[in-house]
Order: sequence, then structure tokens, then C-alpha cells
Amino acid sequence: MRVSFVVNGREESADDVWEGESLLYVLRERLGLPGSKNACEQGECGSCTVYLDGVPVCACLVAAGQVEGRRVRTVEGLAEGDRLDPVQEAFVECGAVQCGFCTPGLIVQAHDLLERRPRPSDAEIREALAGNLCRCTGYEKILDAVRLAASRKEAR
Amino acid sequence: MDFLRPTTWEEALAAKADQPESVPIQGGTDVMVEINFDVRRPPALLDLNQVAELREWSMTGGLCRVGAGVPYAVVVDELGGPLPGLAQASRTVGSPQIRNRGTVGGNLGAASPAGDSHPPLLAAGAAVEVESRERGVRMIPAAEFYRGVKRSALEPDELIRAVHVPPATGPQYFSKVGTRNAMVIAVCSFAIALHPGERRVGTGLGSAAPTPRRALEAEELLAAELDWEAPLTPALARRFGELCARAAAPIDDVRGTAAYRVHAIGVLARRTLAWAWNDHLEKRAA
Repeated sequence: MRVSFVVNGREESADDVWEGESLLYVLRERLGLPGSKNACEQGECGSCTVYLDGVPVCACLVAAGQVEGRRVRTVEGLAEGDRLDPVQEAFVECGAVQCGFCTPGLIVQAHDLLERRPRPSDAEIREALAGNLCRCTGYEKILDAVRLAASRKEAR
Repeated sequence: MDFLRPTTWEEALAAKADQPESVPIQGGTDVMVEINFDVRRPPALLDLNQVAELREWSMTGGLCRVGAGVPYAVVVDELGGPLPGLAQASRTVGSPQIRNRGTVGGNLGAASPAGDSHPPLLAAGAAVEVESRERGVRMIPAAEFYRGVKRSALEPDELIRAVHVPPATGPQYFSKVGTRNAMVIAVCSFAIALHPGERRVGTGLGSAAPTPRRALEAEELLAAELDWEAPLTPALARRFGELCARAAAPIDDVRGTAAYRVHAIGVLARRTLAWAWNDHLEKRAA
């Protein structure tokens, strides 16, 4: 089947999509957007988190056909050209990126948190990121990065 | 594999009637896992996302009618007042990403004994609205909906349209045992709902039997012996816990042993009753 939807502001379509295929597969393998990572394929790790019509979801659990006519925003769509989003910047500066595999999902999820709660408490950050697994950094630097991004966003 | 995209409820019912083997997909948080892991390859997926009315909830005829496509995140944000037990349980489901997609309707459709929405629906006395093109609407009480592990009373040509839940008239609590705070499938869970007007207490057990179920003897005990004007006696709370534990019929599995689950259900029952009872007495005193 053919699936047409808007990705990071651009109309895209993919042909010969298998009906059981996930949005994640379409993004990575058909549209060349490898930012969203494929790890668990069961919604446990959060590495494939993208916005679907403005709401963060696990792309591995969305059937490709379900995005027909809808809007998807991936980690690639957060930066404006070469200018990183404050969340991306903060992750780099705080050393919240180690192997980098979980980073895109964490960044999208943290981005959504700060859109909804500009000054989140630590408990709110922890709850918002509860579905994103990291096996390297131990989360402290990730928490630092989210706090830094929040303070920068507020200063703007 | 076919991918069916009805845009109205009538089209969805027609698609299910014409292809009863098609698998409805709402948030995809169960269905896509099975497809990704090749556990099951259904002949057709019936995507209900475009049936807009399924995403709505309303107060109708004194009941809260929650569309089958209402995600947990909306239950948490909007239904904590009328449906506190269901909202509490919804907040324990998966991660924010999962709560943004997963639905109570999907939980019912999957009918897993571990589904977090089942215990509060049982405790509140909910009913499931299902419909088929040929036979129209049926209302199935939650207590009759679950038929076995991942089996429900839903017929192959039927779809779940909504769940009807009486709004809370008293305190409700949901409690769940897991190995960490977030992202856990329940080792076991328990829901309680006080119905002060009827002098009745509703219960729901999760992950503690082949199906979610009520603890009927425990409910009968409280109906007979609870003094709604007085503090809860420790002895009565303990007997309630024991009868709830006796209603459990769990198995040993990767998440916990049967013996542990029986024990934990007793503890959860006793504690949630105490929490609810404290709220009840405070409200009376106020």
C-alpha cells in the first residue's frame, strides 16, 4: 500500500509499504530518517519516540497505515537548519549523550515535556522520561540536561 | 494482509462483519508488538483511528461513557473526578508514550488478565458497549466480559464501542505491585470502589487469576458487617484481605509466584480499603 503523510513539515509518501509495517520502519528504511532508533520494537525503550500530530508516541507501535494524512515530527525535525533545539544543545553540553542510541527518543520526549511544562520538577522530569531507557549514562546527566534546557528556554 | 481504514462507525461494523478475522487496532500498543515479533500475522488490520466518535467521552444517562478510542492520557487528565479508580490505574500504564496511544477499549479487546483498566472497571460496576452490524448493540457487564486468558465475550463480528462507568459516589483506589515504579506489567493489582449510597463495596483483582475478577465473598462480608458510620475495625479489614486473597487463583510465572500474588492481593485489599475508608470518614466529618 501507499502511505502519504507530512514528516517534519514536508509531504512524503512511501510505496509498497507492507500492511503490518511500523511507522518506525517507514521512517528509517523508506524515508532515510535514521534518527529514531530501533531497539525493542515493543514500546519498552522509547528510542523511537516521535511526535504524531503533536503527541509523543513510540513509532514502533504505530502501524504505517495509521499515519496516512497525519503529521509526524522526528528528532531530525527539531533543529532549525544548523541551529540545534535548546534540548539538543543541553544534551551535548551536559554530556548526556554517551553511546547516543537512546538520545533521539529522550530528546523528543524531553522536548514535549518542556513544551507542556516549562519549569518541570525533578519528579515530573523522571515521570516524563520513565519510558526512555539508557544503558550508559545512568540518567543523572540526562536530568541535568533537561534542567539546563528548561532554564535556557525560560531565559529566552 | 489487508489494512482496512473505515472512517465512520457504520463502515467499521461493516468491515468487521465482512471480515470477522480482521484485528481491530487502536493505539497499537498490544497489536503491533505481536506483529513486530511475528507472534501473529492477522489476515487484516482494522484501523479504528479515523472513527472520530470513538475518541470522545460524555456523561450520558447518569453514566460516564468512554469511547473505545479514548487514550489513557485523556482518562488521566479529564476523568479523575468522575472515575478516580480508572484514572489512577491509567496513570500506571506503561510510559507517557504508551498512555498517549493505548486505550481502555484496546485493553478490553486484548482481555489480558494483567490489563490495568480491568480491576477498576469491575469495582465500579462498568458495562462494555459492543455492537455488530447484524445484531446491533449489546451491553455486557464487566464481570461477564472476561472469559479466559486473553478471551472475552466479544463475538467475531462485534466491535467495542465504549465502556459505561457509573461515576464515583465514594472513594476509589487502585494499587499495583511491580518491580519498579514505571513501565511495569502488574505482578498483581487490586481496585476498590466504595458505593456509600448502596452500602456496598466493589472489588477488582488483576493479574491474579485467568481473568480479571471480583472478590465476591469479600464484597459480601463488607455488605453484611461494615458499619458505615464508624471507623473500620482492624479485624474486619484483615478478614476482607483474607477473602480477597482467597478469590485469587494465580499461576507462577516470570513476574511472580502464585503464593506471592495471593499474599500481595491480601495486603493490597486491606490497604486500599483502609485508604478508601479514611477518605469516607473524612468526607462525613467535613
